[in-house]
Amino acid sequence: MKKNNENLSGKIVPASSVGLAFKRAVKSFALLKESRIGMAGLFLVVLWILIAIFAPLIAPYDPLANFQPFLKPGMVDSKGNLFLLGTDQIGRDMLSRLIFGARRVLIFAPLATFSAYLVGIVMGLLAGYRGGWWDIVLTRVGDVILSFPPIVLYIVIIGVVGATAINIVAAIILASGPGIMRIVRGLVLDIRTREYIAAAETRGESDLFIMLVEILPNARGPLIVDACLRLGFVTITIGILAFLGLGLPPPEPDWGGMVNEARVFALAFPHMTLFPCIAISSLVLGFNLLADGLREISLRD
Amino acid sequence: MQIPVLVFVLKRIGYMVFTMVAVSLLVFLLLEVNVEGVAVGVLGPYSTEEQRNLWLEANGYFRPAYVRYFEWVSRFFTGDLGHSVRFNVPVADIMWPRLWNTAILGFWAMAIIIPMSLVLGVLAGMKEGSPQDRAVSLLCILTVSVPEFATATFFSAVFVFGLKWLPGISAMTDGFDWVQLILPVAVLVTYDFGYVARMTRASMAEVMTTAYIRTAFLKGLPYRIVISKHALRNALIAPFTVILLQFNWLLNGVIVVEFAFAYKGFGALLLEASLNEDIYLIEACSMVAVFVAVSTQVLADIGYMYLNPRIRFK
Repeated sequence: MKKNNENLSGKIVPASSVGLAFKRAVKSFALLKESRIGMAGLFLVVLWILIAIFAPLIAPYDPLANFQPFLKPGMVDSKGNLFLLGTDQIGRDMLSRLIFGARRVLIFAPLATFSAYLVGIVMGLLAGYRGGWWDIVLTRVGDVILSFPPIVLYIVIIGVVGATAINIVAAIILASGPGIMRIVRGLVLDIRTREYIAAAETRGESDLFIMLVEILPNARGPLIVDACLRLGFVTITIGILAFLGLGLPPPEPDWGGMVNEARVFALAFPHMTLFPCIAISSLVLGFNLLADGLREISLRD
Repeated sequence: MQIPVLVFVLKRIGYMVFTMVAVSLLVFLLLEVNVEGVAVGVLGPYSTEEQRNLWLEANGYFRPAYVRYFEWVSRFFTGDLGHSVRFNVPVADIMWPRLWNTAILGFWAMAIIIPMSLVLGVLAGMKEGSPQDRAVSLLCILTVSVPEFATATFFSAVFVFGLKWLPGISAMTDGFDWVQLILPVAVLVTYDFGYVARMTRASMAEVMTTAYIRTAFLKGLPYRIVISKHALRNALIAPFTVILLQFNWLLNGVIVVEFAFAYKGFGALLLEASLNEDIYLIEACSMVAVFVAVSTQVLADIGYMYLNPRIRFK
């Protein structure tokens, strides 16, 4: 089952050890360095991840502590505390809330995307490799769900079952799983005609082994690019839900929620809505630029 | 050639009926099977157990679910969509005017998105890797990265609070007003044109690498003629489908924009229905939204067949 892994195309290489995966990651990074757009995206994403990890060290104040409300950026309150980005309607420091808000979005967006991928990959492998009834049933179910405009699905489901973390993640899995299934299924239909799949079948490998070890690793290229784009889109979705009042409950800082709460004060205090919008846009931009860079290098070889 | 086309169209319509049945079952399961929830939705959270049971009994809610489902579906066909608790009027009275308002919003957004993204996409795809290609691609990535509510916030900050050129609220309380339509449409266009433009670019770039384009160049045809007579026709087939399928994504933006600018449209209605657990209104709105979505999908399929001779003459 050992194949020559130094395949330069980086396509037909079963992952057989962690060390190898690491080597490949280093190589991908070296390739990504050639794409300026991809590097810019990586920079933005890594920046926000670092901010989220080290939030307690960077944030000047407790994100839930109340100071003087409605301070504009750069103003100082009566006790001499400086607020670089001002304070919100109940006197919480904007900068600290933005920094801690990164945690929430960087936990939920990848969690939801990753779970949706698990579901989509399993469905796609079954539909594509098993074929027959599996394919018909799964594809039909997926088509029905995909015929809903996603936002309707979110609003109806979350409106009915309530906005909790689990419900939001479940709604995202339901809405994006079938789309991922379609992509995986298409890739599987292509890969299953290759000779190494026939070889594995002749060896008598189990379906599970073929799907997970032979097919899945070879489908990863397009899936990584798609995952990156989807991560950006899920981030937007989570932001939109919070903006519409269907997000996770306060008081923990949430970028979309901050815009929703401060909307009515935007006329006099635009900083309260502007900064969270800049934060979420820059993170999504990071994901999208990174996806573009990854696609560029995957097309090159 | 006529019979296969007819079969194809009938198949698509059959598929549409199947989808609508499945969707109606889903909506019914989600909202009507739990009768207690319906009673709470109609009578309010402070109603007593007894009142709810009386109401449920009077409205036939204790009959088997399948009987109620068929009755529910047949009521839809007669246009009786139930009564909105939130607005205290029949659902149809509030929903159709709201849908019309959203159609106006969507029409103007599309009227700008389509020419703009086609032109940008063709310009970028004509010469892959050229500076104009890179500029358009970057612009598209930038605009699709900014969520609609952020675009709305930025535009409001500049044009409403900064320059004071435009109103920040589009409620149209004194009748229809063009000026109030500008910001919502601008936000929709900004977010949505990027995707269509990128698809057009990809399609155009692919056509430009084909043999018949090279032949046309080698024949000595002027660049302008090759682009306008040979490349464009085939390059615009794929974007046609993308544009029709754009409905699902446009609705995303429509809800955000209507909420942000207090525009009295369909999206805001669905959101309000959901936040207030106005069950009959949620049902009607989601069924209508899916119906429009599925219709555009079927239209996209049929239109694609007409545009693409390779499928038409098979």
